[in-house]
Amino acid sequence: MIKFKNSEITPENIYKKRRSFIKSIGLGASSLAISAIPFANKSSASERDKLTSYKDITTYNNYYEFGTSKSDPYKNSQTFKTTPWEIAIEGEVEKPIKLSMEEISEMFVSEERIYRLRCVEGWSMVIPWMGFSLSELLSKVNPTNKAKFVEFESVYDPAQMKGQRYPVLNWPYNEGLRIDEAMHPLTTVVTGLYGKKLPNQNGAPLRIFIPWKYGFKSAKAIVKIKFVENMPTSSWMWASPREYGFYSNVNPNVNHPRWSQATERVIGEGVWAPRIKTLMFNGYGDEVANLYTGMDLKKYF
Amino acid sequence: MQKYLKPSVFILSTIPILVILYKIFLNKLGPEPVKEITHFTGEWTLIFLCLTLSMSPLKRLTNLSVWVSFRRTLGLFVFFYATLHLLTYVGLDYRFDWQPILDDVVKKKYIFIGFAAWLLLIPLAITSSKKMVKLLKNNWKKLHRLVYIIAIFGSLHYIWLSKTIFFKPLIYFIIIIVLLAFRIKIKNRNVNYG
Repeated sequence: MIKFKNSEITPENIYKKRRSFIKSIGLGASSLAISAIPFANKSSASERDKLTSYKDITTYNNYYEFGTSKSDPYKNSQTFKTTPWEIAIEGEVEKPIKLSMEEISEMFVSEERIYRLRCVEGWSMVIPWMGFSLSELLSKVNPTNKAKFVEFESVYDPAQMKGQRYPVLNWPYNEGLRIDEAMHPLTTVVTGLYGKKLPNQNGAPLRIFIPWKYGFKSAKAIVKIKFVENMPTSSWMWASPREYGFYSNVNPNVNHPRWSQATERVIGEGVWAPRIKTLMFNGYGDEVANLYTGMDLKKYF
Repeated sequence: MQKYLKPSVFILSTIPILVILYKIFLNKLGPEPVKEITHFTGEWTLIFLCLTLSMSPLKRLTNLSVWVSFRRTLGLFVFFYATLHLLTYVGLDYRFDWQPILDDVVKKKYIFIGFAAWLLLIPLAITSSKKMVKLLKNNWKKLHRLVYIIAIFGSLHYIWLSKTIFFKPLIYFIIIIVLLAFRIKIKNRNVNYG
């Protein structure tokens, strides 16, 4: 578990002021973190860039293990135990390893990473995560030459997670990435947000975050990372293969079978705010488009 | 006592709209207010639909005919909340931007069936007056059986728009099926007893 001193926890308003100050003296977000949000649409960058409030980020969640309504995860996760916690990295690797959260927080330095989260349901947030690149964690093992994909398994604990007592999804929650996607520097292991340790409802103690993919790809409360030869079937692919593909890259031109993905609602913008246009790869095209060169993204949705 | 019942039903039926107006103007709708209004008006449409469909089974179960006298008021509130629901989607959410809306109606089955349900409500609302009941005679009853189709459409609309059927979409579906099953039973009994 990462420990923060009281003095290290910055109140939200000061946090935002500090950020705008750093921006105003021209250092830019890159001095705070390696990756600022690259926004294609500069004219509305300030609106798009605005951090979502801590309250909205931590009370409006999709985390079906704790219930299917947006307020359930906050309500039902407060007593969830995240210590002790161990993550196994196994499968097609030379030597499988197990790491405790203490070991992980000693080995890797978490930094601030501000990314846009685009939910497949058509809403978005801008979240100041704390984390490090997944590639750093994965470099602790040597994959065999059979390994092509990385599978993520979330915790299964129906005693503590009452959503898992019902067959809403096939538990435990399962997600996957191609190895090159998993090794991409934007693919992040998240340990905190807003400079605080990660709240339970956001996937504590450790989750991944893939900024250019729909939110459900970013599995929470991970206990197992497995290198595999064949493309894994994620929980959502299992539930509805027609609607949820393996790639699930944010793409305004490929509609979900039941709704359009061309626009999104920005969380916290109030009742009279209009929708904004969704950007290809959620605005991270410059960094990640080359992963999909020559692929028909309508077919591999 | 009897004469206060119908006005009471009317007043009670306006509570949801008062609640949502209060929430809109005091900013109590949470992080996604437009979705909240859409879901709120949609769910109350379904609730009023279920209430409307419960009146004749209640009459049968309690042997009190007073229940069916509420049916018109409740039915008109179905149309009222359905219209608010549609206006929220078309006006507040999509700003009368017709291109994506028309696209949705044609391509998205849950929008198509929801819109179809609203269209079917129109003739029922128009012919709800006592005058119309007299004018249409037997045809009135036939026409108003459309409500069964509307109920099924409404329930499917909810199931198809949800990421999973658990739990509310499933609950409404079951309630509506039970309410419709009542009709089949009643009809058979009538046939049996001649």
